[in-house]
Amino acid sequence: MDCCDIIHQIDIPEEADKVVLVGNPNVGKSIFFNDFTGTYVDVSNYPGTTLDISSGKCKDKVVLDTPGVYGVSSFNDEERVARDVILSADIVVNVVDAVHLERDLFLTQQIIDMDIPVVIALNMMDEAQQNGLDIDVSKLSEELGVPVIPTVAPEGKGLEEVKEAIDTAQKGEASLSEEVETELSEMALNRREGLLNLEGDIHVSARNNLEPADKKEEIYQQRRRRVNEITEKVINQATEDVSFKTKLGRWMVRPITGIPMLLVALYALYEFIGVFVAQTVVGFTEGTLFAGTYEPFIRSIIKNLVAVDSLLGKLLIGEFGILTMAVTYTFGLLLPLVIGFHLFLSLLEDSGYLPRIAALVDRVLTSLGMNGRAIIPMLLGFGCVTMATITTRLLGSKRERIIAVFLLGLAIPCSAQLGVIVGLIAPLGIKYFIIYIATIALVYILSGTFLNRVMPGKSTDLLIDLPPLRWPKFSNVLRKTYIKSKSFIKEAGPIFVVGAVLVTVMQEFGILKAIQELVAPITVGWLELPKEAATAFIMGIVRRDFGAAGLTDLAMTPVQTVVSLITITLFVPCIAAMMIMIKERSWKESIAIWFGSWITAFVVGGIVAKIL
Amino acid sequence: MTLADVKRGDEFQITTIPEENIRAQALRFGISEGSEVSCAEKVPGGPVVVTRNLQEIAVGRNLAEQIRIKLQGREDK
Repeated sequence: MDCCDIIHQIDIPEEADKVVLVGNPNVGKSIFFNDFTGTYVDVSNYPGTTLDISSGKCKDKVVLDTPGVYGVSSFNDEERVARDVILSADIVVNVVDAVHLERDLFLTQQIIDMDIPVVIALNMMDEAQQNGLDIDVSKLSEELGVPVIPTVAPEGKGLEEVKEAIDTAQKGEASLSEEVETELSEMALNRREGLLNLEGDIHVSARNNLEPADKKEEIYQQRRRRVNEITEKVINQATEDVSFKTKLGRWMVRPITGIPMLLVALYALYEFIGVFVAQTVVGFTEGTLFAGTYEPFIRSIIKNLVAVDSLLGKLLIGEFGILTMAVTYTFGLLLPLVIGFHLFLSLLEDSGYLPRIAALVDRVLTSLGMNGRAIIPMLLGFGCVTMATITTRLLGSKRERIIAVFLLGLAIPCSAQLGVIVGLIAPLGIKYFIIYIATIALVYILSGTFLNRVMPGKSTDLLIDLPPLRWPKFSNVLRKTYIKSKSFIKEAGPIFVVGAVLVTVMQEFGILKAIQELVAPITVGWLELPKEAATAFIMGIVRRDFGAAGLTDLAMTPVQTVVSLITITLFVPCIAAMMIMIKERSWKESIAIWFGSWITAFVVGGIVAKIL
Repeated sequence: MTLADVKRGDEFQITTIPEENIRAQALRFGISEGSEVSCAEKVPGGPVVVTRNLQEIAVGRNLAEQIRIKLQGREDK
């Protein structure tokens, strides 16, 4: 990955100065970005990652946003992307959280050490005051050697001043020892990349054909000492009163108060996504808008051009047509769910609650071979396993990602499927509902524990910053939701088209029927289900809720219903999720995951059938 | 004594952090060997929340067991 990739991607005029916005996570960077660039914003997917970089124009300059990071390095995807954008910067606008100077100035000092001209927006000045922090702004500017402008971004205070100050950006006072400075000046590399090479960044070293140096710790300690020195000089802490927000934040982590709070949040999530979006909104978009209006419309057009019964006709507008099913599913069903989920997730993220949930559930997930962070893909999985599979990238190690992807595919029913399952199981009474939930939960826990035991290596440990709780800014939540939903559709849309083609072809040539006959012994013999249930399972491969929906047409006893629902939940996920798995993991791993969940699904289904 | 042994409200000094990567990440958050911090919260069997000024960091239990500390006192609360 070259640092120039981003420039080609975003199509920046050669001569324009690049202003790069940099800051720790949740410091209000995007408010500055929106203010600087107005509406002329371009969002591009950064090569090789799921990360999007927003770019826009401010007068004659190009403004680039970066993901929130704690330093310029390569601990994860976000940092690698931010690092490459920062390396290409002409000017950096560094947004600093006034409440967390000690943390944020580490990044600031690192950028100053790289010799990039910087302007600092000292944001959250109101919160700093509420917390009894008295910050000497001019002293801070003097110590760092760069302009510092106090701001309260959500209220628009100081935004204009920062914009004006971009032209006054300065290279500040480096924190490095003479020895490091000498070494830097002797390197045949520009200072920015040279410094990162000394800090042992393997990517930067590799692309310059150098061996990474071993000076990270030495340099980090010099930087930390300098930052501590500065903060001691500029901060005056009036009171040490613990605020209500701080207390609330701690209650969220403490199990006795945190678990009830989490349950309330999950219930709100269920009401919003599971009831409002999945039923009311999707009922309208999928049922009325797409199936009711769009599909008849497109069929009437295509009918005039192609014979409906021909293979081409079926491929385009048949039961699993590219223009009918694929379009309806992508936009009518998935899009509302994806938007709903990202709205909720962005709220959780911007309020600072998410890392606290991660801390609260860390213990449980550690025993399943992951760490607290894995709660994010797991929550997302209830919305859509495909999307959740993509977010497993945020987990620290390959081992954790494999476990998370397996558990997602195995035991987390997606929202569309959940709707059908609830509809089928609710009339049977509470007993069957409990049997269903308990079986799925047991399988989830046992599989996680098993994988944790047999997979080599161990999981990474949790080490996360708990940001202060805040009221999220709605425009920011909307912007995040828009960006993430758009890139999801870009990724999942083509997969649905491929899936639609595959199934149409399989149906056309009788492959679907043949498979049905082939698996009948398992369905009838082992699972004790009616023969026709096989069709539902095959359909379940295409789409999970399809499979579940297929079961509604069958006459089954309550036991058969529960057995078939358990099997279809544990069964492989839909085509879209499978394809994403191949993309995220490898062919070998994905096939292992599929066979693993097939075997688990049928074994567990059969056992439940025998017990009941 | 390790970080896993502290109780909510304990004030202590971090003496040793194992593993270079963890040390680097902790340094960025403002915590290093020699830092004086306190325990804001402790999840039973789970992470320890360490606080310094207004900065809070959750440290997983396994990791906490490897971080050595020196107890200095307790907040009077």
